[in-house]
Amino acid sequence: MINFSYTIWIPLLPFFMFIFLGLAGHKYFPKLSGILGTCGLAIITVLSYITAYKYFFTTEKVDGAFQKITAFNTTWLQFTDKLHIDLGVLLDPISVMMLVVITTVSLMVHIYSLGYMKGEKGFERFFAFLSLFSFSMLGLVLATNIFQMYIFWELVGVSSFLLIGFYYQKPSAVRASKKAFIVTRFADLGFLIGILILSFNTKTFDFISLTDPSGTAITQGSGIGFLGLSIMTWSMIFVFMGGVGKSAMFPFHIWLPDAMEGPTPVSALIHAATMVVAGVYLVARMFPIYALAAPVALNIVAYVGAFSSIFAAIIACTQTDIKRVLAYSTMSQIGYMMLALGVSGYGGHEGLGYMASMFHLFTHAMFKALLFLGAGAIIHAVHSNHMTEMGGLRKYLPITHITFLIACLTIAGIPPLSGFFSKDEILAAALHHNKLLFAVEYAVAGLTAFYMFRLYFSVFWGKETAYHHTPHEAPATMTIPLIILAIGSVLTGFIPFNQLVTSDGRAFESELELMVAIPSVLIGLLGIGIAYILYKKESAIPDKLAATFKYSYKWAYNKFYMDEVYLFVTKKIIFKLISEPVAWFDRNVVDATMNAIASVTQGVSFRIRGFQSGQLQKYGFVFITGAIMLAILFIYLWK
Amino acid sequence: MISNQIMFILFSAMIIVFSILTVTSRKILRAAVYLLFVLVSTSGLYFMLDYQFLAAVQLTLYAGGIVVLIIFSILLTSHISQKFEPTGIMKSVFSAIASIAGAILAIITILDYNFSATAQAAKEVDMRLIGNSLLSVDYDGYILPFEVISVLLLAAMIAAIVIAKRGGPEKSELPTLKQE
Amino acid sequence: MSTGIPVQYFLVLATIMFFTGIYGFLTRRNLITMLMSVELILNAVNINFLAFNRYLYPHKLEGMFFSLFIIAVAASEAAVAIAIVINIYRRFATINVEDVNEMKH
Repeated sequence: MINFSYTIWIPLLPFFMFIFLGLAGHKYFPKLSGILGTCGLAIITVLSYITAYKYFFTTEKVDGAFQKITAFNTTWLQFTDKLHIDLGVLLDPISVMMLVVITTVSLMVHIYSLGYMKGEKGFERFFAFLSLFSFSMLGLVLATNIFQMYIFWELVGVSSFLLIGFYYQKPSAVRASKKAFIVTRFADLGFLIGILILSFNTKTFDFISLTDPSGTAITQGSGIGFLGLSIMTWSMIFVFMGGVGKSAMFPFHIWLPDAMEGPTPVSALIHAATMVVAGVYLVARMFPIYALAAPVALNIVAYVGAFSSIFAAIIACTQTDIKRVLAYSTMSQIGYMMLALGVSGYGGHEGLGYMASMFHLFTHAMFKALLFLGAGAIIHAVHSNHMTEMGGLRKYLPITHITFLIACLTIAGIPPLSGFFSKDEILAAALHHNKLLFAVEYAVAGLTAFYMFRLYFSVFWGKETAYHHTPHEAPATMTIPLIILAIGSVLTGFIPFNQLVTSDGRAFESELELMVAIPSVLIGLLGIGIAYILYKKESAIPDKLAATFKYSYKWAYNKFYMDEVYLFVTKKIIFKLISEPVAWFDRNVVDATMNAIASVTQGVSFRIRGFQSGQLQKYGFVFITGAIMLAILFIYLWK
Repeated sequence: MISNQIMFILFSAMIIVFSILTVTSRKILRAAVYLLFVLVSTSGLYFMLDYQFLAAVQLTLYAGGIVVLIIFSILLTSHISQKFEPTGIMKSVFSAIASIAGAILAIITILDYNFSATAQAAKEVDMRLIGNSLLSVDYDGYILPFEVISVLLLAAMIAAIVIAKRGGPEKSELPTLKQE
Repeated sequence: MSTGIPVQYFLVLATIMFFTGIYGFLTRRNLITMLMSVELILNAVNINFLAFNRYLYPHKLEGMFFSLFIIAVAASEAAVAIAIVINIYRRFATINVEDVNEMKH
């Protein structure tokens, strides 16, 4: 057994970095803090790679399966002998894979931010927050038990809140950060309820005993029913609710587009590659329970994922803010991953969807981070978020152009780029499971190719736009991460995930299914072709189309009025029917009681104040009279 | 036998009369002198009760010490010929009612109660016995109260000096002595 | 010497003296005369102690010693009280108790 206890430093290092930069950065080395944070992250990136190598290639498999290793564990809160909350480090294929994803993307974002955030006010604060986020995210994926995961889950939410609201002087950023926090927090309530139900029934928080397919935890609670579903199913549905919130699935997706108010590197790190896949990770982490004890909940996962992916893809086709397009694209891709998990079974080839989901998570992190960072470079050059104000940028931003093109091809699923492989696995898994979902995913694949190339063509080709000043290529600190991520996007498709990350830890054989792959490539190409016709050159067709499908366009453009629905529900229903009466009750009954008590006390004290005359002899008189009366009482009357 | 009672009546009459005069006299120096008479009469009562030492202490300490102290403080703070304005009528009436009621209550209680003396022989009180008892730790010893009183006297002495010492904030903005 | 005089006589006398002192304490406005009233009260208590000692427990000396201590306490109390009176006089230019009402609400 290889000693993995050093892995505790992977989350701890960014934490110390956060404290160090947060406390001392502003005062002593505002300029250096970016370098320091990046160096810290580089160290843990190296550590993560070593861990991944050691875990996947040198650790002995037992019975052909990767083992879950508790590298470090300590009891944190001990309530009783049995009930205790631990903090620790758990290594298994998905957590090691997530380590690699998080540290890689985070390191790229750190390097990128050195250039992107240069000269910004709060430069050191930014890096402190990034470190905090890295710490929380790593703690989340390495959690040994569900409660630790929940703690870091919330920490991730907090750091996301801090980073979205980084430009805290901008009202829209403040609003967006609040929205993100409240929406995800609301969803996390479900997560917490799920944890409590689950742990109440299984008497454990620990992942290893929870997800052991032959263990007792899974069979427990499956019999007891409520509304026709077992307790286990209910708890898994609630847990999934937390995942829906964090991963911006329908209907808790409304915070993600607004979260783009944050600095672009933050969007790349948190709202594309790492934090938003926490929901997927959560489902994957609990997957044996979903697959073996709560198939209904797993179906819900699949349908929520499918609906979100098509819903977001349609909206993405109409948006003009490039970051919002990418945000909806993220939502759509995460929907893909959810769907893949939802259609998966447990073990062997049945677990194709699970593997595909993790595979897609991995490749998506690379190319989506690349897309966001590329978008950041574009925004950096043009000082605008809107596609309508861009065009013909390929001449000014050659590196960004190439890398962006690679990312767009990857997400569109063109072979041999990584997106092709992972998407193909997902489609194959869906095909084996449910034809309807399979059809939806084909449609989404086409839409994805279309809106990504709509974005690509209108930014880099399209009409020639006059700029205030000539856009220039970003500095090397920004282009190098782009290049590295582009290489990653190209190559990660060849990682044999079916050997490494599978639902039960055992390798299985899977091959490219041409019957699935060829149509999907064709659909992707079709989408690209349509986008080429419509947006390569300036043309009137898009506007005409928009005019023809006026209402549906408008619906999609306004995100199907989901925000308005939320506003209606909260303002008109919750505030008016619940909060207002409660507030009235609070003010007029609860407060009034308190006020009445206070005013009565005040009145009485005002009246009896006169007794306190300061006249010694009055006091003496009262005292003596009282003493005489007491004497009478006790000697003569109280016999 | 009779002379005893005559003496007692004489002393009690003096005590009562001069007590009342002490608390009602409108001239402060006279009140002090009446107080002196009360204290002297009281020491006479002590003699009647065979506590000669205590009577002597009463004479020297009270009559000689405290009254002189009081007279000096009167001289320091008041005009000798100064007359008090009469006490408010309501105040006197209420205080008188309270005092008389208390007195009646106490007297009724005293007269009701059947005091029974012990048959044991009286102790001869002389100076030697007093001194021994004060410094003894035996059953009849009073060394602890004696020590406490010593410390108290010392503390009172220091306190009196510290308090009366000139200094501290003075209210010179109250220029005139209030004439009463 | 005290034969033929019942103990109640002493007690009644002390009671009258005591309540005279109380009356004085409640009515006199001058701090020094209030102090005198307090001396009256203490004296009444002394008489009580001695009478009880002599009549009821002649074989003991508690009453006498307590009187002795009360006299000592009275002396120190008078000393401190007069020091305070003088200080008050300096501060307020009066020793009328009704004018010294700094403790008023």
